[in-house]
Amino acid sequence: MIISKKDIPGFLDKLISEYQVFAPVQEGSFTLFKPISSGTNADLTAANTKLPAKEIFFPQSEKLFSYNATEEGVKVEEVLDEQKKVIFGVRPCDARSLVLLDNVFDNDKFQDPYYLTKRANTIMIGIGCNTPLSTCFCTSVNGSPFDTKGLDLLLVDIGDAYVVEVVSDKGKSLAEQAGLAAATDADKAAAAKIKETATITCQVNTDGLKEKLDTNFYWPIWDRIHEKCLGCGACTYLCPTCHCFDIVDDAKDCNGCRVRNWDSCAFPIFTLHGSGHNPRTSNKERYRQRIMHKFKYFVDNFNEIACVGCGRCINNCPVNLDIRAVLEDVRGSEARLDS
Amino acid sequence: MSKLAEQIKGAAKKLLTEKKVDLVVGFTEGSLPLRGTPFFARTPEEADQLTWNLDCENNLANYLRKKPGKVAVVAKGCDVRSIVALIKENQLNRDNLYIIGVPCRGMIDRRKVAELLSGQEVLAIEENGDTLVIKGNNSSVTAKVADLLHNSCRDCSYGNPVIYDELIGELLPEKEAADFNEIKAFEAKTTAERRAFMNSEFSKCIRCYACRNACPMCYCEECFVDCNQPEWIGKSAYNVEDNILFQVVRVFHLAGRCVDCGACERACPMGINLRLLTRKTVKDVKELFNAEAGVNLEDKPVLATFTNDDPEAFLLKE
Repeated sequence: MIISKKDIPGFLDKLISEYQVFAPVQEGSFTLFKPISSGTNADLTAANTKLPAKEIFFPQSEKLFSYNATEEGVKVEEVLDEQKKVIFGVRPCDARSLVLLDNVFDNDKFQDPYYLTKRANTIMIGIGCNTPLSTCFCTSVNGSPFDTKGLDLLLVDIGDAYVVEVVSDKGKSLAEQAGLAAATDADKAAAAKIKETATITCQVNTDGLKEKLDTNFYWPIWDRIHEKCLGCGACTYLCPTCHCFDIVDDAKDCNGCRVRNWDSCAFPIFTLHGSGHNPRTSNKERYRQRIMHKFKYFVDNFNEIACVGCGRCINNCPVNLDIRAVLEDVRGSEARLDS
Repeated sequence: MSKLAEQIKGAAKKLLTEKKVDLVVGFTEGSLPLRGTPFFARTPEEADQLTWNLDCENNLANYLRKKPGKVAVVAKGCDVRSIVALIKENQLNRDNLYIIGVPCRGMIDRRKVAELLSGQEVLAIEENGDTLVIKGNNSSVTAKVADLLHNSCRDCSYGNPVIYDELIGELLPEKEAADFNEIKAFEAKTTAERRAFMNSEFSKCIRCYACRNACPMCYCEECFVDCNQPEWIGKSAYNVEDNILFQVVRVFHLAGRCVDCGACERACPMGINLRLLTRKTVKDVKELFNAEAGVNLEDKPVLATFTNDDPEAFLLKE
């Protein structure tokens, strides 16, 4: 199927009447996923949004339930977002990150209703990457610029129109409902050509990485690798696969709500025990945890690397602590440093 | 620039070879176009990786506290002012510190550079004296370095290190102190307007604390935002009131101590105008006490001293 670029605002306006529609929206010098009230607000020009699409399903601060103590007893009300949603213009890396996060929020031990309800009620319309950034390395971590994992529809930009590829039944019925025209053979050929020419220039070698991380927990590599890390949460909060959270009560007296907030392994209080003991006493242990979680523990648990190669941490780290260089150092690490 | 880099390497190698220091904290080439990144050299060979360019923007004073042994630091004007302020607060021991001072004309703001290519990715930046050549995928733009400096660098009149053990390059001509026009314009707004600005600006905050952690003067063992008994501040980020509370308390803690290096604003991934608040305190401290943080070793920290001449307008209605 195909949709002309000039028809996109109208297409989105129709969706807005039925769904809560999220799309990248210009916010100063970058874009963010926001609910849009008009199809003209969607902006697909940026390579990617500042914050990943994960925040729609797993918001930075999410009210789980509210409670009130009254004379009759305690009244608890669950807050469950059941609104039907469409995410328009999500990049393949962000879409794939949700497939990875599904492992965490839906497994044989836990099913998280807050995340899963939103996932079930959402249609994902992705857009492939014609010109990936120099910091994009999705192909090194099982993704690609036109990957369809986690998507219902994929748009391929062929100039003045998007060729629409149907990925799922959900996507198919949405496209049919919207009455999209069929793509001609020439359009399909143009899309295929675009896909061929889009190249990821940055490669990160992960060969042997997991094996190294299986053994190098106590090796001296970790003494130096974190040294410039400031211990802020920018990389974790901008990461599409980071999913650690903390649960707090925002309450006055006996009335309030329970809230789930993003947390970060970079923070000193992340593993601080009630006793005052902290098993991760310095940046060294905290930074090691970030690498271990993504490239070892997640692989142990779900057989996947918890990184989609979006490059946000590379572009936003205040001190240019580049995960590509870190992984290379880890791969080359030895049980002892010679110096 | 490359000449300065060679001199820095030479100085660092000498210090490490002669074992005068155990560590040299400086910059090496980063992984993005024209990006200097903090680097820690412990051997003369490692010192070979040191560099100096127009994007050595991080404040290295941040890395000096609690470092064992003798430490040398490659420090531009703002780094040195932070070092001076930290020495006065007993956070650094001057005797264990060797300052390789580098006069600084200012560092470039990659966000301003990015704007020049109107959305295209910046793939390479070449330094060419007073101009930069910025290259994107199919385009290239030449711009003046002076137009691309961080606002904090544009306003800085302390490019020359105020103290040093060794100077790299030559001292720059004195620069006049910048005006506070942006702050005055903000002060001139009504309370409601200022509040509206704060609400809009701090609704962007994601509470990653990059601003706090990038600041050399933020060194509390436990930050008030991390304390949960008592819980001084809500931990959730949906409440802009709490975001504002975090920033306002952070900035108040920095009053009289902030050297206006701009590290907080540069670290912010969300592009929040943080310097508006810190620079307001810089202006107030200058006007009320005629003082600036970290400009010499002699003056006591301004808010830790009392004189009979201190203005008391906020205490007494005269």
